Amino acid sequence: MSATTPPRSFQEIILRLMGYWGARGCAVLQPYDMEVGAGTFHPATTLRSLGSKPWAAAYVQPSRRPTDGRYGENPNRLQHYYQYQVILKPSPPDLQALYLGSLQAIGIDMNLHDIRFVEDDWESPTLGAWGLGWEVWCDGMEVSQFTYFQQVGGHDCKPVSGELTYGLERLAMYVLGVDHVMDMPFNDPDSPTPLTYGDVFRQAEQEYSRWNFDIADTDMLLQHFKDAEAECDRILSAPEVDGAGRRIIMSQPAYDQCIKASHLFNLMDARGVISVTERQAYIGRVRALAKRCADAFVMTDAGASH
Amino acid sequence: MPDLLLELFSEEIPARMQARAREDLQKLVTNGLVEAGLTYASAGAFSTPRRLVLAVEGLNAESPTVAEERKGPKADAPEQALAGFLRGLGITDAAPVMALAGQPSGSHVHLNGVVIEVRDDKKGQILYARVTKPGRPAADIVAEVVERTIRTFPWPKSMRWGSGQLRWVRPLHSILCLLTTEAGSDVVPVTVDHLTAGNTTEGHRFMAPGRFAVSSFDDYRAKLLAAHVVLDSAEREAIIWNDATTAAFAQGLELVEDKGLLAEVAGLVEWPVVLMGSIDEAFLGLPPEVLQTSMKEHQKFFSVKAPSGRIEKFVTVANRTTVDEGETILKGNQKVLSARLSDARFFWENDLRTVKAEGLEGMGAGLADVTFHNRLGSQADRVARIADLAAELAPLVGADPALATQAAQVAKADLQSDMVGEFPELQGLMGRYYAEAAGLDGQVAEACQWHYSPLGPSDVVPTAPVTVAVALADKIDTLTGFWAIDEKPTGSKDPYALRRAALGVIRLVLGNGIATGLSQILSRGVEQHGGATDVVADLLGFFHDRLKVHLRDQGVRHDVIDACLAMPGNDDLALLVKRAEALQAFLSSEDGTNLLQGFRRAANILGQAEAKDGVEYSFGADAKFAETDEEKALFAALDLADGRIGPALEAQDFAAAMTAMAALRVPIDAFFEAVQVNSENEIVRRNRLNLLHRIRAACSSVADLTKIAD
Repeated sequence: MSATTPPRSFQEIILRLMGYWGARGCAVLQPYDMEVGAGTFHPATTLRSLGSKPWAAAYVQPSRRPTDGRYGENPNRLQHYYQYQVILKPSPPDLQALYLGSLQAIGIDMNLHDIRFVEDDWESPTLGAWGLGWEVWCDGMEVSQFTYFQQVGGHDCKPVSGELTYGLERLAMYVLGVDHVMDMPFNDPDSPTPLTYGDVFRQAEQEYSRWNFDIADTDMLLQHFKDAEAECDRILSAPEVDGAGRRIIMSQPAYDQCIKASHLFNLMDARGVISVTERQAYIGRVRALAKRCADAFVMTDAGASH
Repeated sequence: MPDLLLELFSEEIPARMQARAREDLQKLVTNGLVEAGLTYASAGAFSTPRRLVLAVEGLNAESPTVAEERKGPKADAPEQALAGFLRGLGITDAAPVMALAGQPSGSHVHLNGVVIEVRDDKKGQILYARVTKPGRPAADIVAEVVERTIRTFPWPKSMRWGSGQLRWVRPLHSILCLLTTEAGSDVVPVTVDHLTAGNTTEGHRFMAPGRFAVSSFDDYRAKLLAAHVVLDSAEREAIIWNDATTAAFAQGLELVEDKGLLAEVAGLVEWPVVLMGSIDEAFLGLPPEVLQTSMKEHQKFFSVKAPSGRIEKFVTVANRTTVDEGETILKGNQKVLSARLSDARFFWENDLRTVKAEGLEGMGAGLADVTFHNRLGSQADRVARIADLAAELAPLVGADPALATQAAQVAKADLQSDMVGEFPELQGLMGRYYAEAAGLDGQVAEACQWHYSPLGPSDVVPTAPVTVAVALADKIDTLTGFWAIDEKPTGSKDPYALRRAALGVIRLVLGNGIATGLSQILSRGVEQHGGATDVVADLLGFFHDRLKVHLRDQGVRHDVIDACLAMPGNDDLALLVKRAEALQAFLSSEDGTNLLQGFRRAANILGQAEAKDGVEYSFGADAKFAETDEEKALFAALDLADGRIGPALEAQDFAAAMTAMAALRVPIDAFFEAVQVNSENEIVRRNRLNLLHRIRAACSSVADLTKIAD
């Protein structure tokens, strides 16, 4: 296991992961075009982990966690960040080895570093999903989440999908030896226009932190939450057969509404308008949507079990 | 005698589950073997992050042949009954058996390897079947037991993977199963779904990739070691501990012992390599507990302290050696630690700023917005109630009421601190630091830290008066609150840890010798929650139940406790225990046992007479009607004993009261020996019954001896 040359920028790490997983048979997808809290929410993971059809995909997912905003000042906390997500169904027997290969591909020399799989069971109360796995440590730092999905949207996963989630900023900072995320080279530092992560995102972090914490209209957010919930219900309540006699179950448009509701909940949470007791109730409402979307998806071709 | 080697090779097993898994593996396999008729000389289980291993030595090569006899129906039973009996033996043709009817006893037929014999019996001719189960080779039995063990293994949490249905803690990759004799080794034909046992395994994931074959346990262990895997977790623990203490000692420092962490870390590595690193100077001002907790919880580092007690370095345990002797690994770990400690320092400085600007009360202001329980109000409501109870309790425990109130008012404030938000396990301790920073009285600071105690049966009981007042108030508020809203523990469900709270009160009261009835303070608590008055009696009953469990653990007999509970003043737990301990000591003495016999005899005779006569003999025994010397002596002894028991009870000196009772033993025995209670003379009889009553009364003044078991 020899090391490859070290990457020089954030984007090079992403490109190498794309190349690595693409070469191992994954469909290299693009981010989902909606605000989500984590790569798992992408329908390519949530919905595609249901049913029995084989699936292999890898993608970057911009993720938003409004409460983590620090106005761009914290060395590694961001309200908007990137996750690299790999989903393989069924989980192949050599998934651990494949994963370790991806670390080598981004320049982590297995002969110099200490890689460890440390118990960390994953659960998403909003998605009604759980799995068992580890957080992967490189020299004591968590560089990925490694999960074997057992249940999604209340459905048993058969077969089981293996999910790998890389926290890209943290991983890249480690590989590139950078202490503050804003100092990290985004593109090649020797290019004519060298840009750091800060050049690209610092101002956005400030703007969104202020909006998330102080400005976002909470009444509007709540109304949008209710709207998304209602629309999700309306979509799923529509008859399976349309006016022209085609059977089309609209699990994915409904799931979009579920994603929306989830993000709106996160925004309300960041504005501090959700009490501890209400929290559980909101999470339960989103979970109910996710569950119904999953119920609908398994009735479709893509989600069928044979 | 073959030896068995079993290795279940999987992806990383959570460290916390390994010890239990070793025990379960050994138990399930050896029990299975023994049930199937195999015996063995010794067995041992091992684990690394990637394997669970069992070695069994001196196994029988096969199970013994077993003969078994089954009684059947009568030889002339209806054909249907006969057929049922034969079906159980795998025999379909009933004719040869029916032909046995009427034959001489002992006649038999051989069918399907079974001997069926007819024997004469009182009830007639009965059929007997002799079934011989031949022994089976060990390999067959092992294969069966191993498969069953894998399929039914009691992991706390298990999973499926890929397209399979098998469950294991993480994906199971290979099974190594060998029976080894002097002649060589054979793979045991175990198959579990897609896995078939073989004789190969893997070494260290990075330092020795690739599979290799083994021929015995010794060979396995040696080859693993060569492949950079130390099989035995105890050995890994020893390596870690020795290397870490040596490294610390060499620099004039000392490793902080942490057995739980040692076991966990040993479960995370196959090839332990100890690396010691420094904590950045910038973080050394943090409280040592914060450093230790942050390093342990997040990084699984050991703390290394200077002779001054200051934590200055850390030890991390890597899973491999490297050409740069761990330099890269240590640098990485150090970096992660700095990031973590920056967070901790940020919390610490933020918290101190808050305390200095707004006091501890200011820090705790947000408790008003934190719901404790939706029917018991906010944490702030709770704090107010605890403060009230603490003031009430203060004089009883020798605390200054003003300080007890103040301590209760700030004891929960640290729940709102950033530090406790990040490390909940530091609650209380941070309260002490922040109370000190706020310049509060030392007794208040101490109460902040220790008022949660005692948390378990072996936790230390606080003794500082202010702390005791707050600790009692905290628990009594919890108990009376949940009792008032009827959320009591049921069966195994005790979500609010009320049993623990009650035991905490008991241990605080007993440990500090607090002599007071609980009813009053419980009533106060219940009143604060607007609970009904009968709640107090019910809650007191709960305390009595918990006290029984507590005392039983300390060896006090169940019936002894019942005998004492039946006495007045049973809400004074200290008194109750004093009484129970004295009674137990008394009953285990010879005088005690004999006196108990005398008491029972007296109580029986008296009880029967009272039932027969419809009166209670409870008054006016007069020595002048005493006829015999023994009777007179008993009068005298009772006078003497009564004179001593009363004052002894007054002084709560139960031992003295029982010594006085013990003096009654000889005169009572002599009385029963010489005197017939049921005299012809009615006056004498009544007088004697009244005398028996005095025995009963004297003995019952200390405890209800009728509750004592035979």
